[in-house]
Amino acid sequence: MQRIRDARDEAAFAAVFAHFAPRVKGFLINSGADAGMAEECAQEVMTTLWNKAHMFDPARASLATWIFTIARNRRIDALRKQRRPEPEDLPWGNEPEPPQDEVLGLQQESAQLATALAQLPEKQRALVERAYFADLTHSEIAAETGLPLGTIKSRLRLALDRLRHAMT
Amino acid sequence: MTDQIKHHLDDALLMGYAAGSLPEAFNLVIAAHLSMCDECRARAQSFDALGGAVLDRNTQSAMDEGSFAATLERIKSGTTPADAFAAAPRVSTGGTLPAPVQDYVGGDLDAVKWRPLGMGVKQAILPSSKEASVRLLYIPAGAAMPDHGHHGTELTLVLKGAFHDEADRFAAGDIEIADEADNHTPIADIGEDCICLAATDAPLKFNGFLPRLLQPFFRI
Repeated sequence: MQRIRDARDEAAFAAVFAHFAPRVKGFLINSGADAGMAEECAQEVMTTLWNKAHMFDPARASLATWIFTIARNRRIDALRKQRRPEPEDLPWGNEPEPPQDEVLGLQQESAQLATALAQLPEKQRALVERAYFADLTHSEIAAETGLPLGTIKSRLRLALDRLRHAMT
Repeated sequence: MTDQIKHHLDDALLMGYAAGSLPEAFNLVIAAHLSMCDECRARAQSFDALGGAVLDRNTQSAMDEGSFAATLERIKSGTTPADAFAAAPRVSTGGTLPAPVQDYVGGDLDAVKWRPLGMGVKQAILPSSKEASVRLLYIPAGAAMPDHGHHGTELTLVLKGAFHDEADRFAAGDIEIADEADNHTPIADIGEDCICLAATDAPLKFNGFLPRLLQPFFRI
């Protein structure tokens, strides 16, 4: 990402593109976009990544997380024609260059979170994924899956408890 | 401010905000709370991180042929309408209203177009998508909102002053999450006028006869 930001390195961009563009496209299709719209939005998300590379702060979010937030905001705009209100920045703001140990710490945490997610029981993980992808509220997931809302809520709570436990 | 906040967002709301599945009105109240509460801000970032982890292990959809070249072409042509979706850091304005609320009002407190609701209570409905509504409420010191219950979910964030109801007290930065089981009469603290940001995904049900009669006019 640093090479994209500082050297405007197209080969580095190609590598990020190869990894993330198909995931972003899959995310948008899972959220209800048709293939054409998903392709276009995924290209736009990757364009934004290139253009806004200077805004990526590796001490604050992993690359996957940052791309997720851009794709999510793009989806809200494309599918709902809405904007998403963003909070004010924390008063102490960004350091110009994040300390290396913070970046490393966050990378480790991201890897840990990915492992914890992979180790969730299938039913819980499927529900977490649905909650993120399907552009559905918990009540809408209940209506769609036929599961009672209470079951959805308790399954998600269990999943979050497990993830938290794995992260401590 | 953060240390004094006692009532926070729950996991379901933070997850919905991260996933982008909530109505715009709720997103605005949540963004405003996150502007005031470092603790929930940190939790919100974990839910974004979970979104990143979910994205990373997601089923992939192959990009079209020539997709990368097309993307480079987009970059070179400079037509990139999606750039706004990388959220730029928002600087605090230091006003009474948090920056995301100011975006909807078109300024700070002095730009709010209040409409009287009676008994000194005033409201200003902010524009948002139709699945839920969001409004600023102004409750004079010591005054009460009419006793009401809820059909859906109601989020009330205190921006200034404080109120209490039968169950608890809510001061600046606190968020009250009420649902169908809750019936309450919020009363502003005596010392100071109270300003709240409230969102609801269904009309409130008022328990007195008169407020129910007026409800269609006030769009509460």
